[in-house]
Amino acid sequence: MNAPDDLRYTKEHEWVKVEGNVATIGITDHAQSQLGDIVYVEFPGQGETVTKSDSFGVVESVKAVSDCYAPVSGKVVEVNDSLTDSPETLNEDCYGEGWLLRVEMSDPAEIEDLMDQKQYIAFVAEETA
Amino acid sequence: MPRKTPLYDEHVRLGARIVDFAGWEMPVQYTGVIDEHRAVRAAAGLFDVSHMGQLEITGPGATEAVQYLTTNDVRKMTDGRAQYSILCNERGTVVDDIIVYRFSPTRYMLVVNASNAAKDFAWCRSHLKGNAAIRDKSDEYALIAFQGPLAAKILSNFTDYDLPSMISYHFGEGKVAGKSAIIARTGYTGEDGFEIFTAPADAVHVWQALLEKGKGMGVAPAGLGARDTLRMEMKYSLYGHEITEETNPLESGLGWVVKLDTPDDFIGKAALVDVKKKGLSRALVGFKMQDSGIPRQGYPIIVAGKQAGIVTSGTMSPSLEYAIGIGFVPRESSALGTEISVDIRGRARKATIVETPFYRKKTV
Repeated sequence: MNAPDDLRYTKEHEWVKVEGNVATIGITDHAQSQLGDIVYVEFPGQGETVTKSDSFGVVESVKAVSDCYAPVSGKVVEVNDSLTDSPETLNEDCYGEGWLLRVEMSDPAEIEDLMDQKQYIAFVAEETA
Repeated sequence: MPRKTPLYDEHVRLGARIVDFAGWEMPVQYTGVIDEHRAVRAAAGLFDVSHMGQLEITGPGATEAVQYLTTNDVRKMTDGRAQYSILCNERGTVVDDIIVYRFSPTRYMLVVNASNAAKDFAWCRSHLKGNAAIRDKSDEYALIAFQGPLAAKILSNFTDYDLPSMISYHFGEGKVAGKSAIIARTGYTGEDGFEIFTAPADAVHVWQALLEKGKGMGVAPAGLGARDTLRMEMKYSLYGHEITEETNPLESGLGWVVKLDTPDDFIGKAALVDVKKKGLSRALVGFKMQDSGIPRQGYPIIVAGKQAGIVTSGTMSPSLEYAIGIGFVPRESSALGTEISVDIRGRARKATIVETPFYRKKTV
């Protein structure tokens, strides 16, 4: 399983990359692999707010709908619109071109609640055991 | 403990993701649903459907017994014919959809859904009429579906059976890759293809032979995921979705296998005659999404601003590359071209009722 060491992770298999006050959010390699062929995404628009632990959108494979949960709270400052036309990017490059949202964090301390790489890998190992 | 088919180790070796389906550990996908779906449409796919049940009804009264259990007209069958049919209960709703195979007037086999196999056996046994016996032969068969435009050509390398003479919904007994098999020209994908019944011990040999030969021609193993998207593109019913014990076969568009005009009785006939007389209140339709979003089972269908129906199945169609759905709508709103909406996560998304099957084979 691929999980970069410079990201933080949720139990719902989202990742967060923090740069200053802005958090880039995506889904993990484990999540995309479990879902299979991703064919549809739906996210809030720029300027909307997301709340930590609340569902902010969905990623759908041919077979299933999967909710995405916000790892942090804040205002959406950028949305990866290219995923609307090319949702398969999430399967191909979930940590790069397949990012979902950029959020201006309202409470950067929320990051401390998230798992680091080691914790996340252990979490997935336990969950799939 | 979930059960394993004789092909389980093959699936694992091929890298399948295994899921629990109807109490069986089954491959949902190998490389990916879309790839597998396209392999079936372009070349051929191999499906393990050994989890399905086989019930054998034999005896001097077998024809009468099957005629009473099923909605279609068994008396029209000849030896070596297969017939799509329905088991109904007295209320005229669906116990299961099945395929009936006639070996002789005194020997029939019913192939039933895995999820209903135990229920169907109990149902048929307790409603078995006249001089006939029923046996659950599910453990005596493995079942491989080999489906796609290249299936006949590839299979002909492995059998002495005269495949070109076998037309759709016929079957015969012969050898496949040296093993005794029942070969039926049936399937659930909309493609030409076969369902091959073998002894459990022979399944791996037959599976490997077909896959090895077909690999260079685009043949791939295909899982339950592709099986579902392929059947949805054809608007074929799936038990638990389009047909249930709460739906009757007439409203699900299966009137063509419900023969109310024969002199024979069958379980549910009186109820269905009544349903037909009163007229149907809803119809099962296929629709294409106009707005974004994928319809899924259970989503409400909205007609003229009011919730009026329900989605039974939906997906992003791998062949058509747009979202399609199947669902019940009021009869008066079921005409082709009718604009409906599907409530997807609280928002009404536009869709149009379209002709089905959604997918039609290119005829070149």
